[in-house]
Amino acid sequence: MKVNLRVWRQKDAVDKGRMVSYVVEDASEDMSFLELLDVLNEKLILSGEEPVAFDHDCREGICGTCSMVVDGHPHGPEKATTVCQLHMRKFADGSTITVEPFRAGAFPVIKDLVVDRGAFDKIIQAGGYISANTGSAPEAHSTPVPKANADRSFAAANCIGCGACVAACPNGSASLFLGAKLTHLGEMPQGQPERWERVVNMVETHDDAGFGGCTNTGACATACPKEIPLDVISQLNHDYLKATVGGRRKKA
Amino acid sequence: MATQVSNRGSAKAPASSAAAPARPKRPRIPAVLLKFVIAVSSVFLVLYLVVHMIGNLQIFWGQTSINEYAIWLRTLLQPVLGWEGFVWVVRIVLAFAVIGHIWAATLLALRAKRARPVKYAAGNKVKGNYTTRTMRWGGVIVLLFIVYHILDLTVGTLNPHGEHLAVYENVTADFAPSRWYVTIWYVIALLAIFFHLRHGLWSAVQTFGWNSNKREPILKAIATGFSGLLVLGFLIVPISVTFGWI
Repeated sequence: MKVNLRVWRQKDAVDKGRMVSYVVEDASEDMSFLELLDVLNEKLILSGEEPVAFDHDCREGICGTCSMVVDGHPHGPEKATTVCQLHMRKFADGSTITVEPFRAGAFPVIKDLVVDRGAFDKIIQAGGYISANTGSAPEAHSTPVPKANADRSFAAANCIGCGACVAACPNGSASLFLGAKLTHLGEMPQGQPERWERVVNMVETHDDAGFGGCTNTGACATACPKEIPLDVISQLNHDYLKATVGGRRKKA
Repeated sequence: MATQVSNRGSAKAPASSAAAPARPKRPRIPAVLLKFVIAVSSVFLVLYLVVHMIGNLQIFWGQTSINEYAIWLRTLLQPVLGWEGFVWVVRIVLAFAVIGHIWAATLLALRAKRARPVKYAAGNKVKGNYTTRTMRWGGVIVLLFIVYHILDLTVGTLNPHGEHLAVYENVTADFAPSRWYVTIWYVIALLAIFFHLRHGLWSAVQTFGWNSNKREPILKAIATGFSGLLVLGFLIVPISVTFGWI
C-alpha cells in the first residue's frame, strides 16, 4: 500500500522545526506504524538523508517509550493501542498521515518526534515510591489486601507513563498520570504511611514542571493506551483536598 | 523527612534542595485548589439558580403573587438586616462566588495556554464532547448574559417598563411579542447555561473527589436531567409571555 506521510522534522531542541512530506510506496498492511517509519528511514539513509528520530523500545505495547501523535491522536486513532501496536491495515491505501511529537511545554522536543519526558521522572521522584525495609521479604499473608482495592490498584498500575494523557489534554495536564500513580499506591496498605505527603509533593512537582490544570474534559482517558480510568483524577482531587484543606498532612 | 527515608528517598533529597532556588517559578496556587474554588463557588451559584427558578414560577399565579413575592424577599430577616438586607447578603455572596469562579477559571485557562506552546498541525482530534469544549467561551456568554439580565430586570435600565418592584409589569413588557429578539437572546443564553451546567455539575463532583467509574454514568445523567429541568423552568416564563400564555 502507498502512504503519504507528513512528518515533523526538527534538527535539535533549538531548531524551529517544520512538517516534511514523504511518500512510502511499498508499505505492507501487516506493518506496525513504527515499522513503516523504519522503512521510511532505510530509504532516507540510502539517499543520504537524516533518518526520522523517534522513541521506541519494546514494540509490544508495554514499555511506554513510543510517543507520537498520528493524525491528531496520541498513539494514533486506534483505541487502547500504543503506536507500536498500531497496524497499517487500519489506514486506507493512499491516505495522508500527519505525524507529530507529543506537544507540551513540559515535554520539550529533543529531535524530530523525540520529546524529553523527564518531567514524569521528577513527579515519580517526588512521591511515586513507598519506603520499605529491604533484605527480608515479609510473609505475604501478613498484609491482606481486599480484592476490590487490589483490582483498582492494578487498573491504575497499568499506566506505562507514556505521556499520551498530556499530549491529548487540551490543558496540557498530566493529571491522569498523577492520579494513576496516586491510586496505584493509595489503594494498597503499603502506600498509606506516605499517602498525604505523597499527594501534595507530587501535585506541586507536577505544577512546577509546567503542566496545566485539569478541567475534567476526559480527553486523557480516551487517549490512554492502557485505558486508565478517569476516576483516578477524582481520587487525586480527593486525596489532595483531604491532605491540605482536610489537614491530614502532618508537617514534620 | 529526607533523613528517615531509605535509598529511594535520598534520590529526592538533592532534587528538593536543588529545586529550592527555583521556587519562585512555582504557580502560587496548585491547579487542584483552583478547581476546588470553581467547584465551591458553583455550589452557591447553582443553589441560587434553583431558588431563582422556583421564585420565577410565581408569575403563573398572577400579578399580585409575583409582586408580593418580590416584597416578601426584601422583608426576609428584616428585624436583623433591615429592608432588602437579605437580598443584599445574597448579592454579595453571589458576587464573591462569580469573581472567584472567573478568577480561577482564567488562571487555569492561562496555564493551559502556557502548557502547550506549540499547537498540533493536525489539530487535537481526541474526542471531547461539545459541553466540555465550550466551557470557557460558553462561560463568557453566560457572563455577558448576567450583565444584560441585571441591567434588564434588576436595575431596569434596559427594560421598556423598568419600574422597581413591578416585577409582573417589567417581565410582560420585556418579553412582549414585539420584542421577540429579547426572548430569543434569553433562550440562547439559557441554552449556554444548560451546556455549562451539564458539564459543570458532574465536574464539581469529580473535583470534590466523589466520582468513581461506577457512579460516572449515573452522575452524568443526573447532571443532564437537573440542568435540563432547571433551564426549562427558566425558559417557560419568557416563552409564555411572548406567546401570550400569561
